[in-house]
Amino acid sequence: MPKLIRWQSGVAAWAEDPFTAVDDDQSLPRGEVIVSLARFQREGRDLLAGGRGLGVRLESDDAPEALILDLPQLEVVALTFPKYRDGRAYSAARVLRERLGFRGELRAVGDVLLEMGHLLVRCGFDTVEPADDTTPEQWTRVARRYRHVYQRAADGREPAFAERVRV
Amino acid sequence: MYRYDDIDREMLADRAAEFRQQCVRRLAGEITEDQFKPLRLMNGLYLQLHAYMLRIAIPYGALNSVQLRKLADIAREYDRGYGHFTTRTNLQLHWIKLKDAPDILDELATVGLHAIQTSGNCIRNLTADPYAGATADEVDDPRIWAEVIRQWSTFHPEFSFLPRKFKIAVTGSPKDRAAIRVYDIGLRLHRDGEGALSFEVIVGGGQGRAPHIGAVIRERLPVRRLLSYMQAILRVYNRHGRRDNPNKARIKILVASLGAEEFARQVEEEWSLTDKEAVDLPDTELARIRAGFAPTGFEALPPVSAAYEKAKASSAAFARFARHNVVAHKQPGYALVHVSLKAIGETPGDCSADQMELVADLAERYSLDEARVTYEQNLLLPHVKLDDVPAVHEALAAAGLATPNIALISDIIACPGLDYCALANARAIPIAQDIARRFADPVLAETIGELKIKISGCINACGHHHVGHIGILGVDKKGEEFYQLTLGGSADDDAAIGQVLGPALPADRVTSAIDHLVEVYLRERRQGERFLDTFRRAGLGVFKEAVYAEAH
Repeated sequence: MPKLIRWQSGVAAWAEDPFTAVDDDQSLPRGEVIVSLARFQREGRDLLAGGRGLGVRLESDDAPEALILDLPQLEVVALTFPKYRDGRAYSAARVLRERLGFRGELRAVGDVLLEMGHLLVRCGFDTVEPADDTTPEQWTRVARRYRHVYQRAADGREPAFAERVRV
Repeated sequence: MYRYDDIDREMLADRAAEFRQQCVRRLAGEITEDQFKPLRLMNGLYLQLHAYMLRIAIPYGALNSVQLRKLADIAREYDRGYGHFTTRTNLQLHWIKLKDAPDILDELATVGLHAIQTSGNCIRNLTADPYAGATADEVDDPRIWAEVIRQWSTFHPEFSFLPRKFKIAVTGSPKDRAAIRVYDIGLRLHRDGEGALSFEVIVGGGQGRAPHIGAVIRERLPVRRLLSYMQAILRVYNRHGRRDNPNKARIKILVASLGAEEFARQVEEEWSLTDKEAVDLPDTELARIRAGFAPTGFEALPPVSAAYEKAKASSAAFARFARHNVVAHKQPGYALVHVSLKAIGETPGDCSADQMELVADLAERYSLDEARVTYEQNLLLPHVKLDDVPAVHEALAAAGLATPNIALISDIIACPGLDYCALANARAIPIAQDIARRFADPVLAETIGELKIKISGCINACGHHHVGHIGILGVDKKGEEFYQLTLGGSADDDAAIGQVLGPALPADRVTSAIDHLVEVYLRERRQGERFLDTFRRAGLGVFKEAVYAEAH
C-alpha cells in the first residue's frame, strides 16, 4: 500500500487511505476504489449505485473533460505522472479545479517526487502518493518555499500583482 | 529601466536559498547526481565537457552598469576572467565549480540577476529587440511586455514541465531585430489608427533538427489579453505536444502536424473557456511595469553634432565605425552604439571581465546607465549622445571592442561548439576565427557589405546556422569534423531557412569555400544587392559550382 500525504491548511500530514487502486483486469475488492477512466465508463453507474466511495484515475493522456458530467459523484480524481518530467497532469488539475469546479480530493500518483510539491499544491492537488522516501514535514516546507507567487492558480494564493496593490 | 521591487527580490532570494540547500545535499552525498541533475538544470547549471557551466539569464538582454560590473566580478572571481554571451542573450560561464554555484546565485540576486529557467523544459529567458526604447520605428517598448511575461512565466505552476523547452521573443518594431519568426512564440506589437496596441502572435518557429518559420495564429491580440492568450497556447501545447520523442517535442512539430489553422482554432477554443480576468494583469500593474521603462534623462539636443561630424571627417577609422556600428536614435542628438564582441581572431561573444567593466563604465557615463546584449552576440550602448560617440569609440577601440564589423562578414555568430559543449559534433570557434582572419581587411569587409555567417557545432543550432546568409553546421563523419554549408537563410523580416549547398567539407576547406562564395557574389551582384539578394536572384547553382569545382 502506498502511503498517502494530505495537505490541510498548508500543512502536510500522513493520512489514512480508504481507497484501493484497482487495475482494469482486477476484481473489485470491498470498500472504496479508484478505477481507470475506461473502467469507470464501463462500470461506473453500477459502482455508484452500490453506494461505495469512488475515485477515477486519469492517465496523462486522458482528458479531464471526459468526467465533466460525473464529477460531483466522485470523491477522488487521481492524476498520473508516468514520469516526473511529464507535466500534463498539472494542466489537467487546473482544468478540473478552475474550469470544471471539482471539489473532491485531487491526488497525484505515479512518479511523484518532493521537488514537485510547490507546483502540485499550486495546481490544486491536495494529496500525493510520494514515490520517494520523503516525509510530510519536507512536503510542507517544499510547498511553501517561495514567499510570493506571480500567477493566480488553483490554490487561491494571492499573486504578486494583487499583493502590490494591497501593500 | 524597471527596478525589481521587494517582491521580485524576495523571489530571487528564496530561489537562491533553495538551491544552496540542494547543493549542500548533493555535496554531502544525500542525493545522487541523477537526482540532482534536474535541480541544477533548473538553475542553469550544466555539466559540460570540462567543468560545470552556469548560464545566467539576462532578461530581454537589458543590463545596467551595476549588473554588468557584477557579472565581471563573478567572471573574475569564480571563472577564468571571461564569459560568453549567447544568441539567447544569456551569459555563460564555462569553468564553474559546483561548490561556488550557490554563492554566485546569491551575488547575482543582490543586483536582480539570476539563472532561473535558463534550462529545462520550461519557458526560458525572454529576448527582445535590442533597440528597445531607442529606435524611432517602434510602436511600443517591447521590454514592458517581456517583463510582464517574465514575471508570469517565473516558477509557473502549470508550465514547468512542458514537452520541451519554450522560447519567446518580443519586438515593438516593424523591422525584426529579435528573430521572432524562428521562436516558439514571436510577438510583434502593432498600433492601430486609433492608438490601440495589439500583438501579432506567431507560433511554431524554431531551428534545431527540424527548422520552421513560425505561422501567424492571430493578427491582432489586444495587449491587455496577452497573458491569458499565452496561457491558452501553452496549455494546448502542454496537453497535446508530443512527449514520446524529444526530437519531435517542440511546439513547431505540433503546429506543423495539426496545421497552423487547426492549432489556432484549438487555442481560440481554450482561450474562450479561460477566465481572462483571473490571468491577465490589471491595468494598474501594467501601468506600474510600463512606468519602469519610461524614458528618462534625455537632454534636448540638436539633431546634428559638430563634434561627431568633425571626428568622421578627420578619421577614416572613426568614419568606418560610424557607418557600421552607430545607428540613428529616436531622440535627436543621440545614437545607438554597437560594441563588437567579434574582434578579428577572437571567440565570437566572449567578453573579458575587464571589457565588461569598461562597457559598464561607458554605460554609466554615456548611455543613461544602460547596456544591451544582442542575439548576434554583441553588446550595445543604446543612448549615447552623438557628441560623446568619439570618446566612446576611443575607449572601446583601446579595449578591442570597436571592430567596425556589425552585420559584416566577420560579425559571425558561433556557438561554443566542441571546445566546450558535450552535445557538439565539431568545433565552431576556430572556424569563425579563421574566416574572420581571412576577411580582416575592413575595406574588403565593407566592399562585401552585409553578410551574416552563423556557425553551429551540431544540429541543435545554437549558432543559428539555418538562418545565416551563409550557415555552417558541424557534423561528425566517422570521428572527423566536417562542415555542411547552407545558403540563403535569414532571421529577419524576410525570414527563411537556408538551402544545403552540397556535401559537407573538411575543416581546412571551409574558409576557402567562403572565399569562393564571396567571389561569386562580387562577380554576380547587381546594384544595391546584398549577398542574400544575389543568392535569391541567381540561385544555388553558381555558388555550388564555384565551391565544388576543384573537387571535380
